[in-house]
Parts: sequence; structure tokens; C-alpha cells
Amino acid sequence: MVHETLAATNAVVTLDVALPGIVWPWLVTVNMWAKSIGTGIIFVLFMLLRMHPESAKSLRLPSAVAAFVFINIFLLFTLADLHQPFRMWHIFVYPHWNSAIAVGSFMASAFLGLLILLAFLAFKKNNELFDKVLLWTAILAIPVTLYTAALMSQATARELWQMPAESAQMILAALLSGSAFMLLLGGNKLSDEAKNTLGVVLGLSALMAFIIYMSEYIFGPMKAEEIAATIDYIKGDGPYTVMFWLGQWMTYILPMLFVVLSRVGKSDAILKLAAILALVGLAIVKHVWLMIPQLLPMS
Amino acid sequence: MQLGFLVDLHLCMGCKGCEIACKVENEVPLSTWRLRVKYVDVGTFPETKRTFTPLRCNHCENAPCERICPVSALHYLDNGIVNIDKERCIGCAGCVMACPYGAIYIDPQTQTADKCTYCAHRVASSMMPACVVACPVQANIFGDLEDPTSNISKYIQVNQGGVQVRKPEKGTNPHHYYVGGGNVTLNPLASHRVNGHSLFNNITTLPVGGDH
Repeated sequence: MVHETLAATNAVVTLDVALPGIVWPWLVTVNMWAKSIGTGIIFVLFMLLRMHPESAKSLRLPSAVAAFVFINIFLLFTLADLHQPFRMWHIFVYPHWNSAIAVGSFMASAFLGLLILLAFLAFKKNNELFDKVLLWTAILAIPVTLYTAALMSQATARELWQMPAESAQMILAALLSGSAFMLLLGGNKLSDEAKNTLGVVLGLSALMAFIIYMSEYIFGPMKAEEIAATIDYIKGDGPYTVMFWLGQWMTYILPMLFVVLSRVGKSDAILKLAAILALVGLAIVKHVWLMIPQLLPMS
Repeated sequence: MQLGFLVDLHLCMGCKGCEIACKVENEVPLSTWRLRVKYVDVGTFPETKRTFTPLRCNHCENAPCERICPVSALHYLDNGIVNIDKERCIGCAGCVMACPYGAIYIDPQTQTADKCTYCAHRVASSMMPACVVACPVQANIFGDLEDPTSNISKYIQVNQGGVQVRKPEKGTNPHHYYVGGGNVTLNPLASHRVNGHSLFNNITTLPVGGDH
């Protein structure tokens, strides 16, 4: 930049302590990825049971079990990320209600309880009660998937994570991963209409999430100096440039194209490929967005 | 009572006496710091100038670390100090992510968050923080911001136009002030960190002290 060539403004840190590296590592990426799938399965199951009940009726038990597994992965990695994991119980004994972490812990625990109940009801084939409980589980899944956005926004130091954009991204990630997972889980049990619906959800959530990322990529740097410095890590020869674009192509651009192609060509294989790409790519996208603000020196 | 700090950067000569006093007083482990002095060289040789900036917790009125802490391990004392209860901390590192000033670290020995407490234990015994006592030029001024007769209040009144805080745009309302600061000293994005360009070491980042 031009100002660096001016003697008066050329400033270099010549003595300082080593700054901390990455504080929230890949464990947090897995946490967010698994939670998106766990909550997304519930959203999509709820939608399928109303729009395509015949296709979805056999998915009650496998969906509840899958959501239970992914929410447990989410909780396990949350625990593993703590430096004092055996003090996790402090959250429930000394909760600080202004903290998204504390509120989220209670909501996630209640969500897990509902998932256990859903699995039990599905096993007992009590479909009527299952569907009633599913309604409340789907409602609770909204704040459960959103609270990470609140938590990231409470990380005041990381200007990139703004609540409005992160909230939208969390919901879209849940819809994207939920529809992708259900396409794979449902397989041939799903009717063509149900597959169409899941394809539309997958394609549209990919499109909207991609638009938000590109908006932040292009317009974010115009709003704040810290965002500009953060986005530099995914521009040019930045350390996360390749991973960022790999994630965008795998999670959003290719699945969008494949969803359209699969519907035009009536190919379930292409639709499944879109689903797999979206699920794998989502972890990459989440990881890049988690890492880059942590590379900035804070002091 | 609202305790606060003011550093007169016109006086600071970068001796790092405050750093050492803090390390000794609080038994701060290797590779971590509650207080440090950053050197930034400005200009192009031979027209250069070196600046010194002591950096510590800002004890914000609206502290992001206190807000994000899920177990209230970070909490306000009645005298305005943002204190930490290491026995309660679960090590989620939310506070490390939230602090816009990079003032909080994970203690590699206790695996809990830690930071400058304005030497709350000394203040409770009516003593000055260790860094204030150690400063040979009285660049660190500490006292009650609500008492108009305190040294810090008088300093702020005299230097009104020149009193600054770090990152005011964050809305944290720090109780830590600087006189004689500028963009280079207070804004970390206004200077470059060049690998291998430090006076006594070549390390620019360290892994966070943790088990993972």
C-alpha cells in the first residue's frame, strides 16, 4: 500500500511478546457442523411429514436417531474444547444468563432430551405423539441452531462475526445440511416429489448462503478496518484463500448446479452427489470463517 | 469507587520494569503476560522513532469478557475492577475471543483464563499495583476516577484533549487511558508484524496454552 512507503507512517513492531495463536481450533468447527446437521434433520423431517407424509413416515426413527447422534457429537466436541472439561457442570450451577454459552447449554440439553423422547416414541411407533413432540422439537431447534451466532457475536473482538449475517448463515446451514442428509438417509424411500422438495431446499439455502458470504466478502471491507484486514486472509495469496474458495464451490456453487442438473436429467445419483458435497463442504466453509478472525493481532 | 489506570506515553521509556514486577507479583507463567510493553518503530532509517506502549487489561465498564463468560468467573468488583475467579473458570476461552484488547490468556498451568486484575489483592490491602510501584518515571497513574482530587482525575482534567482509550468504537468504555498515544501506539492494525523482525526473538505466535 502507498502509505507504507511514507517514512512518517511506516510502522513496524520491533519488540513484543509472541501473540496467542488459534484459540478456538477445529474442535469448534466440528461442533458447529454437527449441530447444523442435528438441528437441520429435525427441521426437514418436520417439513417432510407435512408435505410428503407417505414418503417420510418410515423416516421417523432413523431421523430421530441420526439427530441424536449428531447433537451428541456437537456436545462431545464442545466438551473436548474446554480447557477444564470436568468443570462443565459449573454452567448448570453458576449460570450467567447474559452469556450465549450458558443459555445455549441449557437449550441444547433440553433439545437432547426431546430427541431421546422422539427416538423412544418412534421405536414404540406412537406416531401421533411423535408428531406433537416433533413440533416442539422443531421450534426449540431454531434457538439451538441460532445461539452459536449469538455466541460469536458476543466475541466482540472478532468484527467479522456480525449477528444478523451469522444468524442467517446458521439457519441456512441447518436447512442445507438437513436436506442433504435426508436425501442420503431417505434414499429410494423418498418419492420424486419429496426429492424435488429436498432439492429445492438444498439449492435455495445454498444460493442464499452463498449470496451472504459474497456480500460480506465484497462489502464487508468497506464497513470496518478490522473486517478488511480479516478478509485479506482469504484474498490473493492469503493463507485461507484456497480453502475458502474450495468451500464455496463444494458447499454452494456445485450443489446448486447439480440440483438443477439432477432435476432436468431425473438423476438421483447427481442429487446425492450434491448432498455429499454440501455436507463435506459445510465443514470447510465453517472452518475458514472460524479461523480467519483469529489471525488478527488484537493488541 | 471506580478504579482506573492512565499511562503517560510521553514518560514511558520502555524499561519493562512494570512487566517484570507484574510477572513476579502475580507469578505469571512462562509464555504468558498480564502486562507487556510493545515497541513500535516508526519511519524509515535514519528518520526513525521508537514508541513504547504498556498493554494490559482495560477493565472496561461494558466488558465483553464478563458478558460472554458462562459461569461468571469474570465479574466486577465494587471498586470497578474486572476480576477473575480461576476456580470457577471452565476454560471455554470465550473471554479470550471476546476481549478486543488481547488482554486475556489461558494459563498453561491451571488451564483457566487469566489476566491483569489491577493487582486486586494488593489494592484490597491499600497498596498500589506492582507495576505502578516499579515504574521509575511514574508513567503509570492509578486511582479512583470518581474522586476529583485523585491523581488520575487531575491528570485527566489537565490533559483532557490528549486522553485516549484503545478501540473506542467497540463501546467497551475502558477504564484505562493513555496520554500521548497515537494511531501507531493504540491501533494494532496500524503497524506491521514482520516474522523474524523482533529485537530479541523470532517468534510471532505461540500455541494457546492448552491440552488440545
